[in-house]
Amino acid sequence: MSGSLTASDLSVRYETPHGSVHALRHVDIEAHPGEVIGIVGESGCGKSTLVTALANLLPANARIDGSISYNGVDLAKLDAHHQRLLRGDEIALVSQDPMTAFNPVLTIGDQLVDFQHHRKDLGRAQKRARIAAMLGRVGIADAERRMDCYPHELSGGMRQRVAIAAALLTDSGLLIADEPTTALDVTMEAQIIHLLRELRREYNGIIIVVSHHLGVIAELCDRVYVMYAGEVVEGGEVDAIFHDARHPYTQALLACDPARFHERLDRLPTIPGSLPNLTQPPSGCVYAPRCDRAFAPCGSVAPPQVKLSASHMARCHAVAP
Amino acid sequence: MLAYAVKRIGLGLLILVLVMIAMYAAVFLVPGDPATVALGPRATPELKQLLIERMGLDQPVWWQIVEFFRNALTGNLGYDVWSNRPVSTLVLEALPNTLILGLTALTVALVIGVPLGCLSVMRRGTLADAVIGVLSVGVIAVPSFVVAIYSLLLFAVTLRWLPAIGAGEAGDIVSQAKALIMPAAAIALGWIGYIARMVRASMMEVMGEPHIRTARSFGLPEWKIVSKYALRIAIIPTISLVAVGLGSILSSAVFVEAVFARPGIGKLITDAVNTRNYPVVMGTVLIMTAIYVSITIAADLLIARLDPRVRDVFRG
Repeated sequence: MSGSLTASDLSVRYETPHGSVHALRHVDIEAHPGEVIGIVGESGCGKSTLVTALANLLPANARIDGSISYNGVDLAKLDAHHQRLLRGDEIALVSQDPMTAFNPVLTIGDQLVDFQHHRKDLGRAQKRARIAAMLGRVGIADAERRMDCYPHELSGGMRQRVAIAAALLTDSGLLIADEPTTALDVTMEAQIIHLLRELRREYNGIIIVVSHHLGVIAELCDRVYVMYAGEVVEGGEVDAIFHDARHPYTQALLACDPARFHERLDRLPTIPGSLPNLTQPPSGCVYAPRCDRAFAPCGSVAPPQVKLSASHMARCHAVAP
Repeated sequence: MLAYAVKRIGLGLLILVLVMIAMYAAVFLVPGDPATVALGPRATPELKQLLIERMGLDQPVWWQIVEFFRNALTGNLGYDVWSNRPVSTLVLEALPNTLILGLTALTVALVIGVPLGCLSVMRRGTLADAVIGVLSVGVIAVPSFVVAIYSLLLFAVTLRWLPAIGAGEAGDIVSQAKALIMPAAAIALGWIGYIARMVRASMMEVMGEPHIRTARSFGLPEWKIVSKYALRIAIIPTISLVAVGLGSILSSAVFVEAVFARPGIGKLITDAVNTRNYPVVMGTVLIMTAIYVSITIAADLLIARLDPRVRDVFRG
């Protein structure tokens, strides 16, 4: 389908002097134009590796298997030059930390003009006019003057707005927001979520939001993929995930979200144990060592993808359709 | 920014005074009577006394220093003991040759060294990177006077392509340029290596910063990321290095000018030291220190211009 994104059986490993780190294993995701996809999981679950792979920005020591089909093109098989031509044109990334995302010695306007370099049809003045209009749209007052500011002269919230504006200026069909609110305080976070919610109404392409913050995902997304230790363990409509989670990990994750507590607790709940060593991923279920419902096959047999409804799936031995 | 500039200039003047005090102290402390060294053991006591008076060495050291600065303020740097010509004239005659030599060497070093450093980063881990790395260390390790002597042998004596000595015919640009090639190359060679390594090291660091990833995520071509986004930050330590290094460039000019018998400040100082011509030594050191201090200040102001964060620190 035109404009759709499908990753099938996508694996990424990093070759390091201490062995291969299998950061992403057999991931299947799909996204269609007009959808907002959430990717959620704790630190180190592979969500950043996934979006980095989707944005063609993996470091040189990364090896990629499987396919990423976008608009009918397999991104994983493109050479570096063609990957670069897609970045900033078809695929845009809103960077993780707005405090460090911009070059400190160039003005905002200068950088945003450069970021439109794929638009050969526009002159510098037209690019600047587009920037001013887009900065206004993401809620920056006095856009003309802000363009001549250096990044350190803007607040964190304002820089995140600029980062979003930069991505929107590309008119890309795929917009990836990697932890768009993580570096912000709570008030700023609420404002940015509000901004993203407004923008998604006008945006026709695919938006992928990565966050470890369940609230952000719940507010913004249509569908959610829950990741654990490099695998997608559950995926489905946002309602299904938040109200009818089936995978023990998703359930545990939701149970640990302080925003969802109904009463005051003396101790915050946690998931006991820690992430498996990804240089030697377990042969069975990755979550089995921490799972309170683990039984015989979990330790040795990789769990199947259980289809629970048209769009809801979980990768678990203990789940029945 | 203005307050910062004024403060730096004040500090610079203080450095000038301290350097001259150190110079006079050195003359005072060096064993042996300068007049005897200069005139030889068979000079008459009257002649020695005359020379000592002409150099002002009969006065107390502190008075010599005060006199020196009082005269310097009016543009009088004293007189050559032997020719009786004003030191300021001697320095002004020699200075253009040295400045042209130093600036040519520095320009060549920057024009070759900076792109080599960038290329090293763009091709990191490849053969080109390794070759540039090895050559850089190699040329840093060779002293400039060694380069000077060997290039003199090869290009002037054996091949006869370039003139061996002098600064070229007055008014003849081609002959002056030919005379400049070897001395400038002798000084520049090590600096090409220094600058290439410095640019590579600081650029490798900058290339790991998140804003470079942002530039990449918008598909900017690698050459543009290196030359605009990374170099503007990575060049800053190199500017400091070069400004400080200019002192050593000028001091290598002393050797190189001696090897090529090229008129210039270096040759002026060497000759003056050999003949114990103290007024010339003092005047030349003062001018060289002033030039050196001005360049350091200029570099700091340039860095403040290049990096808006530094600029704001001084503004606020």
